[in-house]
Amino acid sequence: MKYFYALVLFLMACTQVLARDAVLLAEDPVVEQRLIAISEELRCLVCQNESLAGSRADLAMDLRRELRNLIKQGKTDAEIREFMVSRYGDFVLYRPPVKPSTWLLWLGPFGLMVAGVVALFVYLRRRNTDVAATKGLTEEERKRADALLQEGDK
Amino acid sequence: MNAKTLIPLALFAVLVGFLAVGLGLDPREVPSPLLNKPAPAFRIAQLEQPDAQFSPEDMKGKVWLFNVWASWCVACRQEHPVLMDFARAKVAPLIGLDYKDQRKDALGVLKRTGNPYDITVFDADGRVGIDYGVYGVPESYVIDKAGVIRYKHIGPITAEAMRDTIIPLINELKKS
Repeated sequence: MKYFYALVLFLMACTQVLARDAVLLAEDPVVEQRLIAISEELRCLVCQNESLAGSRADLAMDLRRELRNLIKQGKTDAEIREFMVSRYGDFVLYRPPVKPSTWLLWLGPFGLMVAGVVALFVYLRRRNTDVAATKGLTEEERKRADALLQEGDK
Repeated sequence: MNAKTLIPLALFAVLVGFLAVGLGLDPREVPSPLLNKPAPAFRIAQLEQPDAQFSPEDMKGKVWLFNVWASWCVACRQEHPVLMDFARAKVAPLIGLDYKDQRKDALGVLKRTGNPYDITVFDADGRVGIDYGVYGVPESYVIDKAGVIRYKHIGPITAEAMRDTIIPLINELKKS
């Protein structure tokens, strides 16, 4: 057991020696951080379900290179988005802009919700009035119901 | 059967309709914002003569077809015979953009399979491709006399697309 602890201690010492700070891939962490922030909001054209930040596609790497250059040139986020939209269209934006052609997209779900709520209210109202309108059983019906219940008891 | 029981059926039919239309759409065909906009300018070296350069400016006054291809692109091989026919028919100048390629490989392909292009320009790092919004090779653009992009074809041009869409459009543009 003693040897085991010694071994564990020895291995722990080893990892401490081997462990080093991760090598920074980017020359400029500030640029890289902005690049990631922007490109996470952009769609990769090749793998359409991936963001530009996450994609390993060739085109995505080229585009990240272009965006990196734009950032270094001091372009604003809006200008960089415009760079992408002017080439690939609104499709690259994960948050499409609100404009006449996207009104249905933005307002459609709320429209459906409103329609659902209205339908629910109409239905509940109608049911309430229906329940209120029924006047209970007539004498004859009550007799029949009693007869049926007694029949069931036998 | 009263009208009420038909409501779910009608809703289902609408849903099926939407799904049927959705199935027919190709998610890879992203509408290009470059349509009816001036073709992005560039001036880069040609593939065969690295000393000579080419710019869309040089084509002012002509209707031309701009085809993005690469030696590594498999779909381009499928498209190649269609382009060869197009070149033989001498409908319009055909300019190639060799996208993100090795000069040697591209020249090898043209030598082996034939060269339909009047001029090929060499876009080694893909910058011109990015300006044209290329996201999958092959892509083709019809550019009019004023240098405006009038049509973009994504993916290999089929013989039908060439015959029914691209050539009629080029002939139409030539008249104006």
